[in-house]
Amino acid sequence: MSLFRRVLALFFDDGSLALVILGVLVAAGLLKHASVTSSRGAMVLLVAGTVAALVENVVRTARRNMNQNNRMGPS
Amino acid sequence: MNIQAIDWLHAGPPMAAGFLASLVEAVEAMTLVLAAGSVRGWRSALLGAAAGVLLLVTVVAIFGKTIGLVPIELLQVVVGTLLVLFGIRWLRKAMLRWAGAIELRDEDALFAAETRALAARAGSARRRWDPTAFLTAFKAILLEGTEVVIIVIGLGAAGNRLLPASIGAAAACLVVIAAGAFLYRPLARVPENALKFAVGVMVSAFGLFWFGEGLGLHWPYGDAAILALMLILLACSALAVTSIRRSCS
Repeated sequence: MSLFRRVLALFFDDGSLALVILGVLVAAGLLKHASVTSSRGAMVLLVAGTVAALVENVVRTARRNMNQNNRMGPS
Repeated sequence: MNIQAIDWLHAGPPMAAGFLASLVEAVEAMTLVLAAGSVRGWRSALLGAAAGVLLLVTVVAIFGKTIGLVPIELLQVVVGTLLVLFGIRWLRKAMLRWAGAIELRDEDALFAAETRALAARAGSARRRWDPTAFLTAFKAILLEGTEVVIIVIGLGAAGNRLLPASIGAAAACLVVIAAGAFLYRPLARVPENALKFAVGVMVSAFGLFWFGEGLGLHWPYGDAAILALMLILLACSALAVTSIRRSCS
């Protein structure tokens, strides 16, 4: 069971980021297949959505960790 | 696999990505095998490592044959999704370490901690057969090896580049085994975070590319779009880390 968890953890380190990324991938797929937007639109959504999700998550996590460290003070 | 059908001109990126990613994983596995071997005995540790390699090779042999039966578009979407999740996870961790939000991984400290833990369970004398050493080495090889297999299959399966990606991974494993056997200690000088950052960028770019190909998107300039994706990911990640470091200084 712990081995299965470790294998899952290879893909899902931060659950919220993984969900947002999966959401972006699904949205790009739906846009492409529904022909709502051109191929280029789906491409932009795919790349920009993934990068934006990553950057937002890293900035938020870094701020949270650093605020926690500041509250705890120097050890 | 038809070796002549492989486009060796375009085999460089998957080979380099396979090499760098496998280098990181091989160093981690080697650290644990060295700790198990030096504290609990080499025979059981090496047998555990060999058993892990054997199981991995068996899984790859079975999985490698069935992968050819999957339609290419489906394979690209599934492999692309897994590579994006895998690569972004590495990139996120490397960015947080670079920004100073989490601590850098230290192979020497990991080796020392694992050695202490194994020594505490060792009892008095070294036995000829030691299940703890066997299982520690077996788990290390299996878990880190699984990551290597996922990367190699992901980088190579969707574009007839399984051989270059495998060559890159095998070369990395051989380099680490040779260095570990020669130095007899973990390779703490390998700049793991920089490697993870580079591999995160490369694997994520491949993932986005394959996923798009699977959807039927036509990337501008074909395969060269992978390099553009790498540059975009690299630039955005570097900017984000610089901005975090500035806001905290």
